[in-house]
Amino acid sequence: MSANAARRLGVRMLALGYLALLLGAPVGMIFYRTFEHGLAPVWSAVTAPNAEHAFWLSLEIVAIAVPLNTIFGIGMALLLERGRFWGKGLLGLVIDLPFAISPVVVGLALVLVYGKTGWLGDWLTTNGIQIIFSVPGMVIATAVVSLPFVARETMPVLRELGIDAEQAAETLGASAWQTFWRVTLPAIRWGVVYGVVLSTARALGEFGAVSIVSGRIEGQTQTLPLYVQDRFENFDSTGAYAAAVLLALLALGTLLAMNLLTRRTRGRTAS
Amino acid sequence: MAIEVREVSKRFGDFVALGDVSLRVGDGALTALLGPSGSGKSTLLRIIAGLESPDSGEVVIDEQNVTDAPARMRGVGFVFQHYAPFKHMTVHDNVGFGLSVRKRPKAEIRERVKELLGLVRLEGLAERYPSQLSGGQLQRMALARALAVQPQVLLLDEPFGALDAQVRAELREWLRRLHEEIHVTTIFVTHDQEEAMEVAEQIVVMNKGRIEQAGTPRELYESPGNEFVMSFIGPVNRLGDAFVRPHDIEILPSVEGVGTEALVERVVHLGFEVRVELKLHDGRDIWAQITRENAQQLELREGQILSVRLPAPRVFAA
Amino acid sequence: MSPPPNSQGALALGRPRVPAIGARGAGALGKGLLGIYLSALVLLPVAALLSKAGSGGTSAFWREISNPEALAAIKLTLAASAIVVLINAIFGTLIAWVLVRDEFPGKRFVNTLIDLPFALPTIVAGVVLLALYGKGSPVGVDVAFTRASVGLALLFVTLPFVVRSVQPVLLELDQAMEEAAASLGAGPATVLRRIVLPSLAPAIISGVALSFARAIGEYGSLVLITGELPFKTEVGSVYIFGQISNENLPAAAAVSVLLLLVALVVLGALSFVSHRRSRHVR
Repeated sequence: MSANAARRLGVRMLALGYLALLLGAPVGMIFYRTFEHGLAPVWSAVTAPNAEHAFWLSLEIVAIAVPLNTIFGIGMALLLERGRFWGKGLLGLVIDLPFAISPVVVGLALVLVYGKTGWLGDWLTTNGIQIIFSVPGMVIATAVVSLPFVARETMPVLRELGIDAEQAAETLGASAWQTFWRVTLPAIRWGVVYGVVLSTARALGEFGAVSIVSGRIEGQTQTLPLYVQDRFENFDSTGAYAAAVLLALLALGTLLAMNLLTRRTRGRTAS
Repeated sequence: MAIEVREVSKRFGDFVALGDVSLRVGDGALTALLGPSGSGKSTLLRIIAGLESPDSGEVVIDEQNVTDAPARMRGVGFVFQHYAPFKHMTVHDNVGFGLSVRKRPKAEIRERVKELLGLVRLEGLAERYPSQLSGGQLQRMALARALAVQPQVLLLDEPFGALDAQVRAELREWLRRLHEEIHVTTIFVTHDQEEAMEVAEQIVVMNKGRIEQAGTPRELYESPGNEFVMSFIGPVNRLGDAFVRPHDIEILPSVEGVGTEALVERVVHLGFEVRVELKLHDGRDIWAQITRENAQQLELREGQILSVRLPAPRVFAA
Repeated sequence: MSPPPNSQGALALGRPRVPAIGARGAGALGKGLLGIYLSALVLLPVAALLSKAGSGGTSAFWREISNPEALAAIKLTLAASAIVVLINAIFGTLIAWVLVRDEFPGKRFVNTLIDLPFALPTIVAGVVLLALYGKGSPVGVDVAFTRASVGLALLFVTLPFVVRSVQPVLLELDQAMEEAAASLGAGPATVLRRIVLPSLAPAIISGVALSFARAIGEYGSLVLITGELPFKTEVGSVYIFGQISNENLPAAAAVSVLLLLVALVVLGALSFVSHRRSRHVR
């Protein structure tokens, strides 16, 4: 084998070896451990009442947070790419802030605003609204951590699209809403979808912020990730692994969706 | 340094880029590899440079078989079509790169870079970055960079393709004069026959991975070996199997019994010459190239009927 | 549907020309709603955080973060993150190289897998690492409750950043530059050192910045495998969580703001450096 080819092979083995040790083996291990004793224990673990509740709660929260973030994201993207005002850079930074903040800090910050002793605490108590230690708080926490995705993925697509098509629609008499719905949105839809996929994955997997905000009350404010921790702490490794595998499968589904969509958006990754 | 290519073949998958190509380039010659896209000329150049390896055949530079030697050991200077500047380095560092790789002392590098920048007329731009240069300047920097290590052979891959007409014309002239000064064996690739004719001492016409003909510009123009070469070099009228050069066609006032009758369809004044599109008596279309004076004498205008005398047409064996 | 009014007609009727969609499409109501959403979710909480952290003045802030347990946690966080992003810079670039320049069966699968840490919930990442590198590990490697486990978890969750940052740049890199260097006499190592890496530097730096910001805030993957032992394997985020559980909100807020500031400073500084290095390349 020539020196060149040997070098190439060596580099490849190093990279793949690293990935195998860090990603591949652990993930493979979890699937193995979970199904080690067959399907039955996994099934009963996954259908335990608290597990089921956690699953549906997770979905419910995601079903609220993600659409909200999608609307926000598209709106923000339009504002930043098509609007004309000073402070765009600053606004962009603010939207990106959730990326720089630890989820635990997000949880804390939300408690400081919406908790009983928080800024809005009195007002909320007076009006009988419970946010912290309840589902609404968890929705807000989830929304915060998954906020930037749709905006970030939509912006470049909007930028590349340019205003020509939109201006053409205007000259043909379309209203702003019509232009948006029939010209802009269809053109950016894959960017939006990709952002929604990322946002959903992040929302489903959120742990730290929701952990603080939820109070971790079993059967009431436990999402699936919180449930995994709960089972672990109670030495129910079967239960923990089963829930973990469920989440892992959802994650793999997300990866698949991301991969399929990558071709449609500006090719982000090498193929 | 003389270059010899012996029976080189190269294919990319199913595509045959070069089929058994052999070529000799004399020491100090300025040669053009001319042909349409896909003719294999760039591939041949890259094989000579060592940037590609042939599937079979040999490359000999200065009597040494370099077929298995990698590019960096062949002592060839290569100028890329889009200049391949090192964008993160200044012009000075770009030009001096080959010398710094050879661990020459800094003072020597500075001296040589200065000399070369003077040669290519980029003095004063040493501290600029490639992103700040124009196309023509980038091309000259690329040339200076290749010459810095005193290559035995200089190879240029469509060096002027990405430039606009005016700059192209200037650089062609400039390359010719540079070669007169430096006398390095130079091979350049082009698809522009005018460029090849104007600059090169020897032209190698390629098509579909083969060499059609090699010779001086005059030889190729006046004695083309086949119809491809004739059509590629210089304008041509095709009448069935026969080929006639537009400026070999004589146009005369209409006189009985002399030449063939033809109708003037269109007259195009191209400044120094005039192009006349004619329809022959038998319905075929040809075009002729004549001087301004000739056109004036004939009082050329559309719709006119004239006599046309065709030279002995060239026919090539199938 | 009635035929669209032609613009000529609209002008003739004195109707104002419809301006670009962004400026008017969102409209005042739209902009207002966006503003409220952003405030409720980001601006207000961050303001409350800063307020709480500074509520006792700088002396109180200082006291909170120089508390021995807090200091230990912060130091561990910063040190572990720094080491991890360095490893990422090397291996991330290596992996990106292999994914772009190399060919092998299953490459597309591997490429997709790189995003797994992005998609996987952090708690699951912790469980997954624990299964292989914790108690009862089939390969006999048990790093649970050690500092190494902190590094391991952080390596896992920050894997994609440098890879994904470098890949597109590598894809677009003009190989003619490398060929030019070779034709000028440079060997493969020199080409790597003087041509490829400098061209990739801005992207690597960018990826490192994102990795670092992510690493110092990481929580979920560390919860199980590190055991959260104070002064040993307790990181900043875990300390903050502990203080919140103990209703010591000022302490939690102080350390939070410190970590946030570090993240912003690092992001800002590295972004600046990356920008400067790439100003001639674009």
